[in-house]
Amino acid sequence: MDFTFSEDQLLFQESVRDFLVNEITPDKIRQLWETDSGRSDELWQQLAEMGLTGLTVPEDFGGLGMNELDFVLLAQEAGYVALSEPLVNSVLVATPLLSECGNSAIAEQWLPKIASGEARAVVGLAVNKLVEDAHCADLLLLEKGGAIYAVEAANASLRANESVDPGRKLFAVDFDPAAAVCLAEGGAAQALINKALNRGALGVAAQSLGLAQRMIDLSVRYTSERKQFGVAIGSFQAVKHHMANIAYKLEYAKTPVYRAAYDIANDTPRADLSVSHAKLAACEVADLAAKNSIQVHGAMGYTWEVDLHIFMKRAWALNSSYGTAGFHKNRVAAVLLADNAALGAGATF
Amino acid sequence: MKLEYTAEHQAFREEVRSWLKANVPAEPLKSFDTEEGFQQHREWEAKLYEGRWGMITWPEEMGGRGADLLQWLIFEEEYYAASAPLRVNQNGIFLLGPTLMEYGTEEQKKRFLNGMATGKDIWCQGWSEPNAGSDMAAIRSRADLSEDGSHYIINGQKTWSTRAVWADWCFGMFRTDPESERHRGLTFILVPLDSEGITVRPIPQLDGLPGFAEIFFDNVKVPVDCRLGGEGEGWSVAMATAGFERGLMLRSPARFQETAKRLVELYKANQETADEDPSIREAVLRAYMDAEAYCLTTYQTACRLMQGGKIGAEASTNKIFWSELDQQMHATALKILETRGELLPESPDAGDVGRWLDGWLFAQSGPIYAGTNEIQRNIIAERMLGMPRK
Repeated sequence: MDFTFSEDQLLFQESVRDFLVNEITPDKIRQLWETDSGRSDELWQQLAEMGLTGLTVPEDFGGLGMNELDFVLLAQEAGYVALSEPLVNSVLVATPLLSECGNSAIAEQWLPKIASGEARAVVGLAVNKLVEDAHCADLLLLEKGGAIYAVEAANASLRANESVDPGRKLFAVDFDPAAAVCLAEGGAAQALINKALNRGALGVAAQSLGLAQRMIDLSVRYTSERKQFGVAIGSFQAVKHHMANIAYKLEYAKTPVYRAAYDIANDTPRADLSVSHAKLAACEVADLAAKNSIQVHGAMGYTWEVDLHIFMKRAWALNSSYGTAGFHKNRVAAVLLADNAALGAGATF
Repeated sequence: MKLEYTAEHQAFREEVRSWLKANVPAEPLKSFDTEEGFQQHREWEAKLYEGRWGMITWPEEMGGRGADLLQWLIFEEEYYAASAPLRVNQNGIFLLGPTLMEYGTEEQKKRFLNGMATGKDIWCQGWSEPNAGSDMAAIRSRADLSEDGSHYIINGQKTWSTRAVWADWCFGMFRTDPESERHRGLTFILVPLDSEGITVRPIPQLDGLPGFAEIFFDNVKVPVDCRLGGEGEGWSVAMATAGFERGLMLRSPARFQETAKRLVELYKANQETADEDPSIREAVLRAYMDAEAYCLTTYQTACRLMQGGKIGAEASTNKIFWSELDQQMHATALKILETRGELLPESPDAGDVGRWLDGWLFAQSGPIYAGTNEIQRNIIAERMLGMPRK
């Protein structure tokens, strides 16, 4: 039993954090909002050079051959900077789906390019209705009628939608199945879709942890500087308690997320339950962080100019992604309320 | 990261389980807030000690097993799963014991730890005073060194001392320097409750039983060798104790996981009526997940400590989390029980109400004792987040 990350995992997190915090500044985010694609090829290449785009690509295909547990802390850091490049979904959802779909020709064709940063793949699951970042994808892996198709960009028609979060790009995607490669159907497709959903939900959960931490950090800084009645407003107990409530709940959302990453990486039978718990807990704390942070920022928090909204809007937007709270609560209930459920002390591991 | 027990841990779990199966009383003991129940629980402590299960994390020469923190968590899981009796000496074994091992002289360890482990000496706390609750540094009870330096003379009053009514010893903080203010000049002293000049006045709790008491000290003579740590160093000794209390030892996840399990069972048995209020199902799911999260976070802390890490603000985040979870779980149970929820278990029409009402009453104390949750939130904001004190 060891519920800690390895030295290597923590060092990797640190170097990725340093890179992201320096590169993805709020100013840079605002600049990207003004561009047509909202994405940066230059940034994507930098992420590729750090090995991140190929993190879960098998070593035979030029990747690092790492797993969800190796990536979860990095996804947290991606959330901390509200990264808009499709890294989390590429590493956690698209790449494993390509590796596991059973179509080796497609895998051999695309995985090396994904690892090198040459190509981007995105996934569209029915649960999300719209597809994130379809506009910058070279390959789309799309669920349709219970089957999964690999669709090249040229064969997909996109209808763009705008999100409350200017960093998110969402598309309705249409394609002709006859002009696509069917990767899986029936039971095989269902299993792949469930795994993709779990991995996507893990990505959302991990990013939500990072977003909550960022909102705490911004709010602590703001309330330590802003003075009223002659003192920093952060010295008021009412303000402190808003922040403490986020901070202590965040501690109890982290471990479910790490457990979920472990369970997916090790393909344990409790993965569905762990993932749903993780997503519920992490999205809830990100939601609370947004609510309490705008409150302690006062009118400043309601503006476009102050950076808080970059992170607050991302938290709101991710909340229903990869399964709503209702969906995940029902998955938890299905396990807990089953006749033979193993519950109570000693049943956790 | 590896979230699996080793074969040794599994074998240890089996050993705990079989001993408990053979030894846990078939009939639940009476409440330890009654004289008879107190005695029963004292005997149970002796039995645990005989089996070397009293305090497994203690070194072997002190009657323990030198167990690591993971074994401790496993032991607690089996203990609560077996519905074994609550620990009447938890102030001693969980709080004072570890503090004694850190700050006590060899002689003090020899003198006190064994009696604590066997249940011969049951300990209560002497922290709060009528004007020193959350503000513990406002303590005014005095301990004056006698002229020959052989003993302290204690005068003053302590309150909310849990189990003081039938306890044998009290540990607490007293002001040894009358000129001192706040947390300077305080000294940690162990006081035998049968000393001349001590009056214990029981205070009935919400359930009507004398679970705590006021302790009056009127020229009580205590030998200097009952001082723990140096004179005037009481605050840092006490902080170590408070850290243990809020931290890992006192509130094992197992306790809350068993409550969550009973709550799921209660909900399933009453699902048709419970679902008339859709918030109940939601609260049951949340209770289970929160108890699970508390367990996961505790395991993480235990693993971190075993690798040489230090306990930090976890003590405060834990305290808020488990105390609010406990309240929420019992509130949900009472909603499920509907009009039966208010009935005492022995009432003729109480049916299957079980222990929920008792648990609900006890859960009211959680956000208050061991430092109110408001104090914990201040600590989190100031020490963990670095928010300004003034």
